[in-house]
Amino acid sequence: MTDTQDAVAPDSGTAPDGGKVEIRLENLAKRFPGQDDPAVDDLTMEIPKGEIVILVGPSGCGKTTTMKMINRIIEPTSGRIFLDGEDVTDVNPDQLRRRIGYVIQQIGLFPHVSIANNIATVPKLLGWKKERISERVDELLEMVGMDPGQYRNRYPKELSGGQRQRVGVARAMSADPDVMLMDEPFGAIDPITRDRLQNEFLRLQEQIKKTIIFVTHDIDEAIKMGDRIAILREQSHIAQFDTPERILVNPADDFVADFIGRGASLKRLSLSRVRDVELHQWPTVEQGASHDEVNRLLEGSDKSAVLVLDSERRPVKWVNADHLRRAGDGRPLSELGLPAEAVVQPNATLSDTLNEMLSARYSTAIVVDSSNAYQGIVDIDTINETVRSLRRAEQGRLRGGDDEDEDR
Amino acid sequence: MSDDISWYESFWTYLEFAWQDVLDLGVDHAVVVIISVLIATVTGVALGVLTYRTERPRELVLAVTGTFLTIPSLALFTLLIQLPLLGLGAKSVVVALVMYGLLPIVRNTIVGLREVDSAIVESAQGMGMGRAARLWRIEMPLAWPVVLTGIRVATLLLIGIAAIGAYINGPGLGELIFGASVGSAVALNEVLAGTLGVIVLAILFDFVYVVVTRLTTSKGIR
Repeated sequence: MTDTQDAVAPDSGTAPDGGKVEIRLENLAKRFPGQDDPAVDDLTMEIPKGEIVILVGPSGCGKTTTMKMINRIIEPTSGRIFLDGEDVTDVNPDQLRRRIGYVIQQIGLFPHVSIANNIATVPKLLGWKKERISERVDELLEMVGMDPGQYRNRYPKELSGGQRQRVGVARAMSADPDVMLMDEPFGAIDPITRDRLQNEFLRLQEQIKKTIIFVTHDIDEAIKMGDRIAILREQSHIAQFDTPERILVNPADDFVADFIGRGASLKRLSLSRVRDVELHQWPTVEQGASHDEVNRLLEGSDKSAVLVLDSERRPVKWVNADHLRRAGDGRPLSELGLPAEAVVQPNATLSDTLNEMLSARYSTAIVVDSSNAYQGIVDIDTINETVRSLRRAEQGRLRGGDDEDEDR
Repeated sequence: MSDDISWYESFWTYLEFAWQDVLDLGVDHAVVVIISVLIATVTGVALGVLTYRTERPRELVLAVTGTFLTIPSLALFTLLIQLPLLGLGAKSVVVALVMYGLLPIVRNTIVGLREVDSAIVESAQGMGMGRAARLWRIEMPLAWPVVLTGIRVATLLLIGIAAIGAYINGPGLGELIFGASVGSAVALNEVLAGTLGVIVLAILFDFVYVVVTRLTTSKGIR
């Protein structure tokens, strides 16, 4: 079995070539007064630049304590913290924290100040000019998908949970920190909104490329969000630190295997994204098309419905022969049929896509690009193929090893 | 019509003659209360801020200010006038009022500050706000409605107690109440004017607090 206690760096084979290490923790330890055992015991770890590294583990494993030592909300008892090569273990903590974005589960927006002023907190501490702050606030609100004109002067209590979470992320990014610490940032949000926010955040991360330490107790979230996952056992001992793929395929020991739990095949669907699979096509028409055109299209196809697109190729409706017959001539296609639901973007995971698909008509998820224009569809066959090829790939990798596939 | 005029008719007649005096006394009364409340607020909020995070000092401060409030006012006035620098008059009254006003203010400051959501304070800390900035820009504004309620309660309390200050030659409406020679024809009218004056003053102050609360509490936490 792998010696995991000394898992200092991510497997050297997978480390980004020449990639810089943003955060290095050296022999970090925390002993709280009055407790026999240390909460964190001799943790050494490197977090590569621009990646999301997830700290995941059972409650009480020290993951949150570990994270809070990085911005020194909790002062380490011993050990060093390096940020981009600089030893920050003894620098002024307030100065340090202004360089590190911080999002906690309760979000902790200041209820007595407006959304704009919440976001402006760190820029104000840094003494930015008024105009620059106001520009930055608008830019961030737009980045998290909220209209500045509408939300700038609102108060946190006037927002929904999901909107508060977005503002929390915007606030953490206000001074454009290289590093962000996120402690169960999506923990207190309902599952549907959480899913959407996770996807939005991943899309955002593709652009901003921050180095992110993300704490969660949820292995599914870890697999979905992480470039790398550190699975921690008690006292923040690293059980395995690797990419999600490798952890799923090759858990280091029983603790990790237990923690991943059953259904690893399904979990693997969280690793593949829509853009990684080949899209199928579905018959489509413009919404201005005549009923005859639709009928002709249907006759020439093995599908029972056509997908109606608007002038910007955004999916609008599913229309089948029945709909046409019942509606009579002349009614525009956009008024017929069933709404085109189950729409996903290329960065959606197959797991989310499958989820959409199961509740959708024609067992099909519609794929659109970032401006919501139709790209193709994903159906159940695509998913099947992907599962099979993932399994083949991993069996290939494991061949020769004495390990056995952990899911049957 | 008759010699037998009822008491309220005679009270109005009294007021017609004496309203200027009553008004002056009311203003004096208000000034004593305002000065006392200001001193009690500065002291009380400071004590609250210094002790809300540490258990022992916090309990000590609450116990001491609580004890002040249990001393009967006549006894406290009598004790205070014995002290050098104080003696009979307004100074002793103000000292006594400050002592009585401390508990509600200290108590509400501590409660208000301790009730602030720790997640909010932690996120402020995590963004690099120092101790003082956290206190004045986050914790105090959030605790403010509670603190202000404490100040308001103290004010109402002191308006009542201030009347007794006339016992040691303090200024204010108490002069009408304590100065009335018992049994004289105007005695009843003076006591009545003094009492009503105190009530009117209390209502006016309360109205001011409603306005102040509205003006000084963020829209986000109303």
